[in-house]
Amino acid sequence: MLKTFPKGGIHPPENKITSSIGIKRMTVPKVVNVPIAQHIGIPAEIVVDRKDKVEIGQIIAKSGGFVSSNIHSPVAGTVTKIDQIIDTSGYKKQCIVIRTDAKNEANFEEVTYPLLKEIKLEPKEIIQRISDFGIVGLGGATFPSQVKLNVKEGTKLDCLIINGVECEPYLTADHRLMLEKAEEIVVGIKILMKALHLKKAVIGIENNKKDAISIFKNIIKKEDGIQVAALQVKYPQGGEKQLVKAILGREVPKNGLPLDVGVIVHNVGTIFAIYEAIQHTKPLTERVVTVTGKHLETPSNFWVKIGTPIKDLIAEVGGLPEGTRKLVNGGPMMGKAIKNTDVPVTKGTSGILVISEDEASRGKSENCIRCGECVSVCPMGLEPHLLMNLSEKGMYEKASNEDIMTCIECGSCSYVCPSNRPLLDYIRFGKNIVKKLQTSKN
Amino acid sequence: MSQPIIVSASPHVHSDRTSKKLMYDVVIALIPAFLVSLYVFGIGALIVTAAAVISCLVFEYLIQKYLLKSEITVGDGSALITGILLAFNLPSGIPIWMIVVGSLVAIGIGKLSFGGLGFNIFNPALVGRVFLLISFPVQMTTWPTAVENQTALADAVTGATPLGVIKEGLMFGETMSEIGSRIPSAIDMLLGITGGSIGEMSAIALLIGGIYLIIRKVITWHIPITMLVTMAVMTGIFWLVDGEHYASPVIHILSGGALLGAFFMATDLVTSPMTKKGMIIFAIGIGVITVIIRLFGAYPEGVSFAILIMNAFVPLINTYFKPRRFGSKIKVKIV
Repeated sequence: MLKTFPKGGIHPPENKITSSIGIKRMTVPKVVNVPIAQHIGIPAEIVVDRKDKVEIGQIIAKSGGFVSSNIHSPVAGTVTKIDQIIDTSGYKKQCIVIRTDAKNEANFEEVTYPLLKEIKLEPKEIIQRISDFGIVGLGGATFPSQVKLNVKEGTKLDCLIINGVECEPYLTADHRLMLEKAEEIVVGIKILMKALHLKKAVIGIENNKKDAISIFKNIIKKEDGIQVAALQVKYPQGGEKQLVKAILGREVPKNGLPLDVGVIVHNVGTIFAIYEAIQHTKPLTERVVTVTGKHLETPSNFWVKIGTPIKDLIAEVGGLPEGTRKLVNGGPMMGKAIKNTDVPVTKGTSGILVISEDEASRGKSENCIRCGECVSVCPMGLEPHLLMNLSEKGMYEKASNEDIMTCIECGSCSYVCPSNRPLLDYIRFGKNIVKKLQTSKN
Repeated sequence: MSQPIIVSASPHVHSDRTSKKLMYDVVIALIPAFLVSLYVFGIGALIVTAAAVISCLVFEYLIQKYLLKSEITVGDGSALITGILLAFNLPSGIPIWMIVVGSLVAIGIGKLSFGGLGFNIFNPALVGRVFLLISFPVQMTTWPTAVENQTALADAVTGATPLGVIKEGLMFGETMSEIGSRIPSAIDMLLGITGGSIGEMSAIALLIGGIYLIIRKVITWHIPITMLVTMAVMTGIFWLVDGEHYASPVIHILSGGALLGAFFMATDLVTSPMTKKGMIIFAIGIGVITVIIRLFGAYPEGVSFAILIMNAFVPLINTYFKPRRFGSKIKVKIV
């Protein structure tokens, strides 16, 4: 029996078109737009000026507080302006625009780092380096990594979980990274185990990535304390709470964190970024992005510099096909639809999905037939139909009592609803208001 | 790009399940039982079913168009199901005008007066059926004998339902072994060679339909199995204690509306609970009430009443039997 979380979940078509396509390096963009708010928390503070020359990896914006992160220049070039540019949220956000220096060879060098296994840094130094080098959660949440690692004295912690689940349909960035950089990821895991004084780490991988599972199983034969857990293919297996439950059987308390049950979860992409930062002193300036869609000419996985406009990625895979009706930053279940292809790739961009006419529109919303399907698929044990109703009617206090805030917005309810009801839309709306009410009370 | 880019919130994909598909799956699941009824009752079954379906659809259309002036949803399949289920709960040979009245009550009062599909508390077909049963008890319990051109079945099709025979016999002080010869065998009841409403004839046909619904994931096992097990256990206890005055669980499960009710009426998505826990409570309730009515009530059959009574409890069940929230009960050991 493969491990999985006990309640709810769905099986959307996987559509992992790009799973056998190796990660290629994207052509270096002529211009990068680097937003200063790429992570959860306080935006970084810009430390460069117009016309400044910057080098690859130079800090261009400094961490703005405790929950914040440094931002480094992905290219060598000149800062042309500090501008307001629409990002994936659809709002204009402050961006540092850098023109790539076409003459600077550093931009086009393909650096291949040798595998470095020996970990020289001490735990404190490791965490400091992760903080300095702008590492954030690359699974999509973009939570600054050092905050997760700064565990208070006395906190009980016994396991590190590596999230290699990638349960979103279409996306293969983590899958390819695991196949191509498995050794490095294992070193990355050992770095974190050292930093956190941990003796146990588990890599969770969904069973549709058998090749990755067997690669890791081979490597960890020589390692102590690292295990691989093959997990049942079920969305949202990669949700942090679902993953902890599946692997350790521990249930993260309502409104709690994995730390409350002695666990820290990191995405494989983050682990690789940590490896590069610690072993090769390379800040986070690029990431793997899957550019995919059923009608694209050459859907691919790319190493992309942060700040690359999405239109460059689309051009690289043969342009937008006829009849494109939707562009999604991320996967089809939780990604954000975007309108403007000038939107830059940020630290949280795991994929760009191009959806055509036939799948882009939502069906007409009909009456709820009370089939209870949303209740049975909800991995958090909520009643989406009820939460939607309460949000619609403005009964926010009741919605709060019905645990609306514990919704992880996985979208399973909207996915299965036979009446096409916009369940998650209303739940999000309700959550926003409940959050505002809660903060205004305090 | 000729057409604008759509921007909407996630998720951006949807399963191919639609309400309409669910409804038509139910219709498909009812086909075996309908074929058996055609075989047993001949053209009479067709007339009753056609009359109920047509009047349900027409009433839904007329009420929505002229009375409510709302969107017309005749095509969604739910009125079609109400029509078929109503017909399945009627004896063949009932006057057509009664069917029309029953359909009006089912659609008009049972469904649209509550706000249409999804808002009705009671199963519309049963509302229509029970209205007819109370208003026209004689016609509703006059079970036709076999059609003339099917003489082979003439012996088997009795003038009353097995449950009716048993109730009457016991009332006149007979014992089960005396009544036994006058009710069809378990095999006959499985195949449908018995008396009763159009759709409740053949246990096998209903089981096929029910299994189809479970395989297609339109319903889950929780309601039908729990309800039937409850009935079997309860009637079984009485039968074991006093087999001469109580019919065996086999007779109770295979006769009357037990299977039709368990698989097609109690599982109505709109009027059954949303959680598995709730479904089990709901189904136990139906089983218990059915057995009480059958054994101690004035009517020989109680499935319809039991389902309607439990329908009324569904909002309460939904309020008190919620799914367990993730992270609400925690016991963790950290090494």
